[in-house]
This record gives sequence, structure tokens and C-alpha cells, in this order.
Amino acid sequence: MYRIEVSIKEGFADPRSEGLQKDILDLGINAVKQARVSSIYSLEGKLNEKELITICRELLTDPIVEEFSYEESPVPKGARLVEVAYNPGVMDPVEESVKKGIRDLGISTVSAVRTAKKYLLWGDISDDILKSICDKLLVNSVVQHIVADKEAVSLPSASYKFKLEKIDIAAMDDDALMELSKGRFWLNIHEMRIIQDYFKKLGRQPTDVELETLAQTWSEHCCHKTFKARITLGNKVIDNLMKSTVMKVTQELNKPWCLSVFKDNAGVIDFDGRYAVNFKVETHNHPSAVEPYGGAATGIGGVIRDAMGTGLGAKPILNTDVFCFGLPDMPHADLPKGVLHPRRIFKGVRAGVADYGNRMGIPTSNGSIFFDERYVGNPLVYCGTVGIMPASMSQKGRQRPGDLVVLVGGKTGRDGIHGVTFASGELDKQSETLSSNSVQIGNPIVEKKALDAILQARGLGLYVRIHDVGGGGLSSAVGEVGEETGVKVNLETVPLKYSGLSYMEIWISESQERMLLAVPPENIDRFLAICKNEDADAVVIGEFTDNRRLQLFYEGNLVCDMDMAFLHNGLPQLEREAVWEQPKYPEPAFKMPSDLTEDLKKILGSWNVCSKEWVIRQYDHEVQGTSVLKPLVGKTNDGPGDAAVIRPLADSIKGLIVSNGINPKYGDIDPYWMAASAIDEAVRQVIAVGGDLEEVALLDNFCWGNPEKPDRLGALVRAAQACYDIAMVYGTPFISGKDSLYNEYETGKETICIPPTLLISAMGVMDDIDKAVTMDCKQDGDLIYIVGATYNELGGSHYYSIHGHVGNSVPKVNPEKGKQLMNALSAATKKGLVKACHDLSEGGIGVAAAEMAFAGGLGMTIDLKNAPLGEAIERDDYILFSESNSRFLVEIAPEDKKAFEKAMAGTACAEVGRVTKDKKMVVKGRNSKAVLTASIDELKEAWQKPLRW
Amino acid sequence: MNKVRVLMLRAPGTNRDVDTQIAFEEVGAEVESALVTELVRKDKSLADYHILMIPGGFTYGDDISAGKIMANEIRLRLGEDIKKFVADGRLVMGICNGFQALVKTGILPGIAGQSAQPVTLTNNDSGKFECRWVYLKVNEKSPCVFTRGIRGIYAPIAHGEGKLVAGPGMAEKLNIALQYVDEKGKTGAGYPHNPNGSIKDIAGICDATGRIFGMMPHPEDFIRWTQHPRWTLEKPREDLLGLQIFTNAVAWAKGI
Repeated sequence: MYRIEVSIKEGFADPRSEGLQKDILDLGINAVKQARVSSIYSLEGKLNEKELITICRELLTDPIVEEFSYEESPVPKGARLVEVAYNPGVMDPVEESVKKGIRDLGISTVSAVRTAKKYLLWGDISDDILKSICDKLLVNSVVQHIVADKEAVSLPSASYKFKLEKIDIAAMDDDALMELSKGRFWLNIHEMRIIQDYFKKLGRQPTDVELETLAQTWSEHCCHKTFKARITLGNKVIDNLMKSTVMKVTQELNKPWCLSVFKDNAGVIDFDGRYAVNFKVETHNHPSAVEPYGGAATGIGGVIRDAMGTGLGAKPILNTDVFCFGLPDMPHADLPKGVLHPRRIFKGVRAGVADYGNRMGIPTSNGSIFFDERYVGNPLVYCGTVGIMPASMSQKGRQRPGDLVVLVGGKTGRDGIHGVTFASGELDKQSETLSSNSVQIGNPIVEKKALDAILQARGLGLYVRIHDVGGGGLSSAVGEVGEETGVKVNLETVPLKYSGLSYMEIWISESQERMLLAVPPENIDRFLAICKNEDADAVVIGEFTDNRRLQLFYEGNLVCDMDMAFLHNGLPQLEREAVWEQPKYPEPAFKMPSDLTEDLKKILGSWNVCSKEWVIRQYDHEVQGTSVLKPLVGKTNDGPGDAAVIRPLADSIKGLIVSNGINPKYGDIDPYWMAASAIDEAVRQVIAVGGDLEEVALLDNFCWGNPEKPDRLGALVRAAQACYDIAMVYGTPFISGKDSLYNEYETGKETICIPPTLLISAMGVMDDIDKAVTMDCKQDGDLIYIVGATYNELGGSHYYSIHGHVGNSVPKVNPEKGKQLMNALSAATKKGLVKACHDLSEGGIGVAAAEMAFAGGLGMTIDLKNAPLGEAIERDDYILFSESNSRFLVEIAPEDKKAFEKAMAGTACAEVGRVTKDKKMVVKGRNSKAVLTASIDELKEAWQKPLRW
Repeated sequence: MNKVRVLMLRAPGTNRDVDTQIAFEEVGAEVESALVTELVRKDKSLADYHILMIPGGFTYGDDISAGKIMANEIRLRLGEDIKKFVADGRLVMGICNGFQALVKTGILPGIAGQSAQPVTLTNNDSGKFECRWVYLKVNEKSPCVFTRGIRGIYAPIAHGEGKLVAGPGMAEKLNIALQYVDEKGKTGAGYPHNPNGSIKDIAGICDATGRIFGMMPHPEDFIRWTQHPRWTLEKPREDLLGLQIFTNAVAWAKGI
């Protein structure tokens, strides 16, 4: 074995080491005076010294800024040493690249490679401090360990000898059935009994792989049993919540541009007649809780495959990411046991998503981050991808018996085994250890190679069906694709990362970057040749049959033989109880501050409102060259844009708008109005950037607590009901959705349930990107209008929050009025009357005005007595910070005053101020006295400071 | 005359090939794409093209260091072909990951009599991948055929390893083609105008012939005004577009 250390030469900048030092300081540890990070490569094989030097010099080391050593170096005096490596079996993508690089040098005797990081820390560092740095920063024991001694480079080559595992469930009583289910299958007693009966009738014992397949297919994650359940809420019975709310909107609106909805991996709408676009948002919450980097990376990797696997395959053109974390400044001492600090989760998730999306070459154009202490043990990681394809390929394909089952992309290992069932249970302090093999590290280049090959094969029509391999692994993907025909798979043909996997592990592994295709036998040679050229692994693993059975073989032995009908329709509808009781919070009673400047600064500097530039800039939002409105806009490219606009086709001026709405704070008061507000927010952002309601599609993503608890379910029912009520009036169908339930964390003492969280994502088609509008003020002397009525709605607002209150007056939505007003505003924008437009959301008029002003580098005056009110409001602070929905702040050139007012006639719309040159924001109260005067630089600083990491 | 033919050279992880292809096609070139391995196998021949373009991306995941593995692949398996291609008077351009690869093969800066790699592109001083727009000034004294007649360009960067660092005594020998400047065109403006800490604010260099050129920013992502981050605020200006680089390349290649 050879061990090579590569480090930065003396005298050259070493940002990696400096970054580590800063991260240690951020932990509140001042003991470390200097830090140094280097890379360790361990090679196994036979090399002479010349070859070893060639590898070091020509591959592993940068000749200008780095140096190498392949001799054991003693720990420098006064330094503490920590070396961290991935656990055996955790895939490290660098290892494959290094092996390839060595082969390119003409050296073929290296059989295995492992990488590690070496940390040297100087200072007065006690054992306790060192342990704390390791635990909180350097090592995540789920995937990594501290290298104690010399370790083997390669995994011991394990062998697997076939033995069919049967489980004798016929004689089991309920206790024994539940004992079997617990921690492995997560099925309830009714489901276990149905399985027992099925096999009793067949007169045989099930095999392990049959039970696993049923557990995966019937999991909450895969089949959304709660949303399909029969729910009793008071004297009301809801038969299938999904069909009676979100899907009902789509059905009743029956828009001709909805091409494929709720039946494929993503929802598809028409783009311009020639092309169709699809959109899907997924969550990857539990894996991100225990291993933020890998969990989030595989989250985005998975949803990209959803886009790729829709219709006959789409090219991903945009990513959107929405995260919910605990508070980044939470004291370490308050952290529940077994939980990673929110800041570490935040940093890891951000890096995982960025590294994956950037490498795939997909612009991350939109996103949002929401902070609340209840996400501490259970963060939410929503990742979404938009794809584009020829309209003729928008429908799900259909295979014929005899077509081949082809697996393209990554190899299969033990990663992610039981990920789906892991997602269908609650987390607790043991989750970290129990779930370690549910977590994976992604390899975006493997996915990129598969994508490049698949798009070429799509162009040539070489395959007839495509599906992603995601949660549940092959068991879910093959089971779903094979449902209409029947399928047989030879499990030993699946390419493995390492030997020793049983047939069952191969079948349920959730290894990443895999796609499943149906290829007619006459096309297979051409298909495999394209994959080979792109260096994408592709292997025939079976064929489709006509017997509607799922048949699995391992080395010729039949290990699974089940009826597709039982697998897909054998699950009985769940019966669930729900309750709902409106919570009551104390109404705040505090005097209005005489000056609101500090309050505005506090809101601007709150975690939820503050600038997310630190995150946004680390995403590539320019790749593909399609950006029209970027996430950061304004005079110095750093203002907060409302929605993203891209131009997907180089030869068309049509645009695509993507936005999102989320506000769990309202859900604490009433999930109905939270859902209504989220829809309104997503839709009004589409309008704010110049879109209209003509073709806007929505996605719903519910992240909730344990639905077996009636109060959680009651809240879910209310939120889903609002989805129907509001989207129906706006004429915005849902085209896809997802739910992630069981987002609770058991500390041992208590259960922390996340706030009910609904993310609404919107996608709108825009005729002419030249009509797009940004939110930054453009010109001094311009007029400022408020469009939309302000109500006394501060329940769940940021203003109440900074004063320590929740309140009850949650913002409501009047969709009829909202629609009328949005239509009028869209028409005005299309006429070119709107120079800037910002939607009013968290922090209300105050925050939106400040953001427009400092994004434009200009000042603004606002006269609150002119603000259109929906009801009497006796306080200036309430008018300024109310979070009423369906409102916009709009900039108009003075010469367009009449035309704009005419366009907005019949809506709540009034001129309230002016853009000024003096870089000051001034708000006058109802008695015309200033209640707020601040320089825009000071406001911008308050907004930018918190996340300037 | 026939169309100028561009070979878009890819490796697994290349991802700005389509953007770059659109830019070349916009100025009338014909683009074909090939993996390095296709050239090695001689499925396609460099000799059939006027311009060799290595676009941006994360080839091989940028594992070990950005562009390194692709650079070795090119150096060890296509080195002679590229030498001949350049000797025949043709053009080579690398953007971002392609620039990193050209530097790590030693093809750029191509200093005579220098066999070892004289400069490198390494981690940004900020330690982060960053996506932001930068102003670029053209060095009018440079022999670079790609930047001729252009005064300045505005373009996005999207990289984590774009800091140009030179070996001892090498900085003076470089043919600087593009430099990071502030909005007034001044060098020495510091971060974030120089987004990565490159010496002498270097954003792009060429060889002595001016026909081999590499740059970190992405001119291919600014070929029409609505890609400008402030197009809703400012008046359109053709003379800021990155497209000019491609116009120059194709105009020059027409003379080959």
C-alpha cells in the first residue's frame, strides 16, 4: 500500500485551511491558532518508485501550488492530528476518478484507491476540544470515521452464496407479525394480515424479497396511503383526500395545456406547441438530517432523474431548492441529543445541492429558506427540477412483452437500503446509527453521463419507456414499469459496486444515478453502443413478459413470483381519524413604537427575510445561458428577485416563470390559510415578474408530522381543502405533488413535530420575455403604487414575531378579488406601464419598499394614509407590516399615471409614494408625520449582515 | 466559402457545450461535438475542423483538481494531434473548465522552451464556488485573435478554481488577453471585481501566436441583451456582449 499526502506549498494561499479555521471559530472555539488540511490518497497495488512519482507529480499534485510526500511524516511539534476517511462501503466518487487518471498514465497495477482528509491543528487544544471539533465539524460518524491506524485500501472481497430466505408467517399471531414488521417493513397490522392471508391462500411461505417488495410498494413514501385514506373529521368523511382536493382542481379546470398530470414522475404542460415542460418537487428530509451533504445531494440527484424519467425523457433545465432549518444561532448546549447543529445541516445541505446541480449543468434559479426552531431535529429539503422535451414525447411510454429491461447509470451497492421505509417512520436519537446505510453520497458525473446517453437515444427513438430508479430501488421501479405487462429480472446481472450483495439487497438497494428503460430487442445494440460511447454503464437485466407477474431470478433460482394485481391493488384503503381545533393565541397588546426604523431593521435582519446571497452565489444560475430574471437583481446585482424567468429555447422569445410560496408560521394559527397564502404567494410572484394567470401550473408538497395522530391529520385536511378552494378560483391546476409525513423527532423526553409545512411551487408560461419586470426601483421621480388592500392581518407575521407574539389574525385570501387585481396588473405590465414590481409578503409594505429602494440604489417615500385598506386599521405599524395577501408594490413613470390608473380601475390600488434620489426611505404615518426615516445603506446592511458567512 | 467548422471537445461532466454551441451557431459556424475518446479512437479527426473548443463543465467531477483528468487525457493521447492542429494555423479555445484543462496540459500559456506546466488555475481566494458577473478589459497589445478590436466584455463567472497563479519568473512571460476590472475599467479593484484573486487580475491568456486562448468567464452566456443582469434597467449595448469573442474567432477562421 502507498500513502500519498498532498498539501499546499508554503507561501501559497490555502483557502481550505483558512475556511477550517473560520469554521472552528464559528463553533466558539478560540484555541486553534492555525489549521492545515491536506489530502491523503492510499493506493493498493504494485508500483515501482518511478511510477509512484509519476502518479504523484502528473496526477495528484498541482505543480505550482501543491507538494506531495509518500513517506510517513511525523506529526509536527505542538500539533494535533486528525485523519478522516469514509466508512467502508460508502461510495467516494474521487476514488473512481483517481483510478481512471492512473490508467491514463499507462499504469495498470493499482487495484484500489481510498481518499482521506488530514487535519493538523495547532494551539492549546485539549482532548475535549479536539473531540468537540471532530464531532461538530470534521466527522459525521454516519459516513465517516477517524483513521486510527493503517487501514486496508480495498474492502475485503466478500462472497455471497445463494440461499433462498423464506419467512414462515402463516403461523404468526399479531404480536409476531408486528415484531417482524417493526423497524424493517413499517407496515401496520392490517397490512401484515393481508400479506399473511395472501400467502396462506397460495399455500406457501413468502420469501424475504417478496415481503420487502410489498413493504416498499405499500410504503407511505411510495403510495401515499394517508392521502388516499378514508378520513373521518367530525361528522365529515373524506374518501381520498388527494382525489377530493388537489386532483379535483385539475379535473374540474380541465385545461387543454395540461398534457400529463398525476400519472408520471412529473407533471407535464404544454410550452409552445412544439415543446412541453415538466416539473417535479421532491423532499429528502430524513437522509439530510443525518448526513446533510449526501442526503441533500441525492435529493437533488433524485428529482433530476424524475424530470429525466418523465414521458419519453426530458432535459433538465432548471432547479429550485427550498430548505427549512432550525435557527443557525441556536446554542450548542440546547441541541437535542443525536442531532446535528442547524448551521452544520444548513452548510452541508447547501453544499450538497450546489455541488450536484452545478456539476449536472442545471441552473439553480429559484429557491427559499425558512427557519424555525422546530426543524432542529428534522430539517426539510425540497428539491425541484423542470425539464423540457418535444411535445410529442410528453406521454408515458408503453413497453411490449419481449422488450428488454435495461439499467443505465450507477452501479448497485448497499447504499440506501430501507430508505423508503426510513422515510415512513419518525426519527429519534438512534436514527443516526440505525439509518447509516440509508444514507448515500451522490455522484453527479455518473448521472450526467446517463443523461447525455439517454438524450441521444431518445432522439433516435431507441427506447419505448423510461423510469427513474429512486426510493425503493429496483423493487419500486421495476414493479411500477412492469405492472401492465409483467416482467422478469435476473438479479445477478445487475452491475455491483462490490461483491457480497444478496439478491434481496440488490433488489431493494437505493444506489443513486440509475435509470430503467424498456428497449425493444432490435434496438439494443445501438442503444448499448451510445451508452458505451458516453461511458455510461448500461446492462440488460431482464425482459418484459405478458403474464402480469413480477418474477425475479437469482442465478436461475426463482426468488419472487407475485401477482402484479396483488402488489399494486392489494393494499386496502386506510381508515384514519382526524380532529381539528382552532388554536388560540393571546392577542398582543403593545404600544406602537414612535419610530419604526429599528423594527424594520430587525425584520430585514431576521433569518427568514435576510439576504440569501451567500447561498445563491454558490449555485450556478447562468449555465445553459437561459436566464432572463436571475435570483439576484438590481443596480448592484444583489436585490431579492421575486420569481425566476428563463428562456428555455434559443429560437423563441417565450419564457418560463418559476416561483414558490411557503409560510409555516401561518399554519400555527390555521393550516387552511397557510395553504391559501402559499398559493397566493407563488401565484403573485408569477404576476410580479410580468406573467399572467393564463397558464400557471402548481405543485403541492406537504411535509407534515405523524398522520396517525389525529390533530396532525386534521391540519392536513384543512390545508388540502384550501388548495382546492383557492386554486379553483385562480384557475391554476395542480400537475404533480408529493407528501412527506412522519416528520417528527423523538428526543427521548419529548417529540418535536415540525410545523405543518406546505410548499407550493408555480410554473407559468410567458409569451414574451421582453415584458419581464424586476423589483428594483429604476428612476427617481417615479410614482409608487400599492396594488391590493391591506387588512389588519398580523397573525403569524414577522412584526408580531419580533415583539414576541403569534396572534390570531392570520392573513386570508379572497381569490375572486385577487384574481381580478392580478389580471388587471398583468394587463398593465404587458402594456409596458410597470417599471418595477415587488410582491408583498413577509414584513409587508415596509420590507418590500426597503428592498425595492436599496435594490435600485434609490430612496423612497411612502405615505401610509393613502394605502388602500380593506378595513379600518388604527395603527401605522400595523399598516406598514401587515402581511395581507394579494398585494404588490409597483413603480410607474409619472407620464403613465393615467394609463396605469385606468388599467387598474375597479381594484384596490392607490398612489402612495415616490422614488427619490436621496437614498433615504421615509414612511409617513396617517397623520403625515414620519414614523420611519432610514438611509437605504443602513437598511441594506441590516438585510445583508446575518448571512454574510 | 464553406462554413467554419468547430469541434466541441467533451469529456464526462462537460456541461456548457450547448451554450457554447449556440454562441458559435449564432455567428454562423457549424458545430460538432465529440468526446476525447472519440478522437483517440479516430472516429473523428481534428483535421476536419477549424476551431477546437473545450467548453466549461466539471469534467470527471473536477476530482483531484479542476480539469486535471481531462488535461492528462488530452496531453497523453491527443497531444501530437493538437500540436499539428495549431501548427496548421487553426484556433484553440478553452472556457472555464476548458481553460483549466488547457493550462494543466501546458498547451497554455505555451511559453517556448518551457516543458513543465508554468502556471495553474487553483482555488478561489474566497474558498467558494461563485457565480457572479464581472467586467473584463481587453489587453490591446495582446496578440490574441479572439479579443481583437473588443474593448471590454461583461460576463458571468461560475467557478471555484479560477485563480491564476504563476511559477517563479513566469508571470512576466504571459500573454495576458483579459483582465478583471471594476465598472469603470480599472484594474486592481480587488474582490469581488477580481472574483478569485488571480495575479495581475488575469481572466484570460493566449499563447504567442494568439491562436490558443483560454478564459475563466463565460462569454457564451452573454450573447443577447436579456441575459445581462440589469437589462430591465440599462440601455442595450452590443459592445459588452460576450458574443464578440465568437464573432472574432469565426471571422479569423474563415481565413484559414
